Amino acid sequence: MEQIFFFYFAFVIAATSMLVVAMRNPVYSALALLIMFFHVAGLYVTLHAEFLAAVQIIVYAGAILVLYLFVVMLLNLKQDDRYHRQWPMAAAVGVTLFVEAIILTVMRGWTAPLVATGTETTVGEAGNTEAIGDVLYSTYLFPFEVASLILLVAMIGAIVLAKKDLSEVNSEG
Amino acid sequence: MTELSLRLAVSLAQIAAVMGIVMLTVMILTLAERKVLGWMQDRMGPMEVGPYGILQPIADGLKLFFKEDIVPAGANKAMFTLAPILAMVPAMIGFAVIPFGPNVTVDVFGITIKPFVISDINIGVLYILAFASIGAYGIILGGWSSNSKYSLLGGLRSAAQVISYELNVGLAIVGVLLLSGSLSLVTITQAQAGGFWHWFIWGARPDGFFPIHTQIFAFVVFVISAVAETNRVPFDLPEAESELVAGFFTEYSGMRFAFFFIAEYANMVLVSCVAASLFLGGWNAPYPGTILGYAGLEQLAWIENVAWFTLKVYMFLFLFFWLRATLPRLRYDQLMRFGWKVMLPIALANIVVTAITAYFFPR
Repeated sequence: MEQIFFFYFAFVIAATSMLVVAMRNPVYSALALLIMFFHVAGLYVTLHAEFLAAVQIIVYAGAILVLYLFVVMLLNLKQDDRYHRQWPMAAAVGVTLFVEAIILTVMRGWTAPLVATGTETTVGEAGNTEAIGDVLYSTYLFPFEVASLILLVAMIGAIVLAKKDLSEVNSEG
Repeated sequence: MTELSLRLAVSLAQIAAVMGIVMLTVMILTLAERKVLGWMQDRMGPMEVGPYGILQPIADGLKLFFKEDIVPAGANKAMFTLAPILAMVPAMIGFAVIPFGPNVTVDVFGITIKPFVISDINIGVLYILAFASIGAYGIILGGWSSNSKYSLLGGLRSAAQVISYELNVGLAIVGVLLLSGSLSLVTITQAQAGGFWHWFIWGARPDGFFPIHTQIFAFVVFVISAVAETNRVPFDLPEAESELVAGFFTEYSGMRFAFFFIAEYANMVLVSCVAASLFLGGWNAPYPGTILGYAGLEQLAWIENVAWFTLKVYMFLFLFFWLRATLPRLRYDQLMRFGWKVMLPIALANIVVTAITAYFFPR
């Protein structure tokens, strides 16, 4: 049963991911991305990570993708403009990733897979959300803080970029 | 396998019942809104169909059902059809986690069910927030696919507005989550049992009356942001009739229009249910226990609880009408400034204060 769900989600994720880059109409691309986000959330649910699934939809589908759609609708892109000569670059990246995938598949037999420290039962006892909060503020406190600092920098950067020059404002008024 | 099919049948029956009640409420609301607005403006409201106009919703529904379904020239037909569905489904699906009555269990043919909540999942609040944010897609795509300036502008306004106010809704409930220690609406409601001073709007500790954990600021932010998120007056910029004809559904007619209409009203009911559950104690009566329970009719106490929940929800719905009759529409820059510079700091400050009081005076 779980296998069926996994293969369904995996197939739809792969298919819609390709549609995102293959669709001619950027609004359709955004919608394909929306379907993909939902299926990624579905994968999280099959892993008993309900909190992550909900946050995935709230943050990516509910906020970020709406902003994308906003921009795409305003730009009203001419369809030809989207296709530059990207083949050399795409081929280089594609070949690199393909080789990596093959190497990883071959090497998989030599090393044991990483095992997560938290088991399903410990998560089940405390509840999914509590488990994430616990780990974020103890084991992974430093990476968590670093990530928030990076986000803060990005926020300040966005404000600086969007803001008018202070001297400009002064001269105006 | 029979147990699985029995569970499926029970769940489907519950879903059908809740859907029926929600649709009935929407029907009542369409009439109630016109009546209440009429009374507030010293008019009668609809009086023609049926005695005192009470059959007006049925007449409206039939009219919309038989109206010609027009797709404007140059519209994107697939998206034009998809948009009302995308608006309707999230509005309906959120009711799955709303507890309408006490958290009792009933045994039916050997399986245990909770009759007053379809699914008590441990991320209930986040689930509602997630699907509320999906509702914006229906509006944006409806605006974009209509191939009309007014629709597009309405859709764009809606996108910006929903993102801005959704943030405030999310932050306003954090205080409640801190106090109850759970994301499940059932657990949150249970944490408010024992009298109105335990409701999170006052937030007294279980052993006293003093409202030390009061969430009244969060409550105000939540209600205002919920009005904004459902695109109701005074935040109805996406459908401002004096500027944008009818906003994102200018080009819609017949049943597609009805879908948007039902979605808006169902969203009103949904946010009212959430507000009642989070801040006003949900199904809990304002006094400890239930009168029917004290009278020895413990098995009938759910009637009283459901009645209190219904009363609270209708109080919020009346507030929606009241605001519509009272307040003029905000200007767009006022709307954005209010959301980001007034609501957001209040919600953030509330989180800090609640976190401190919850740490020093744990419930």
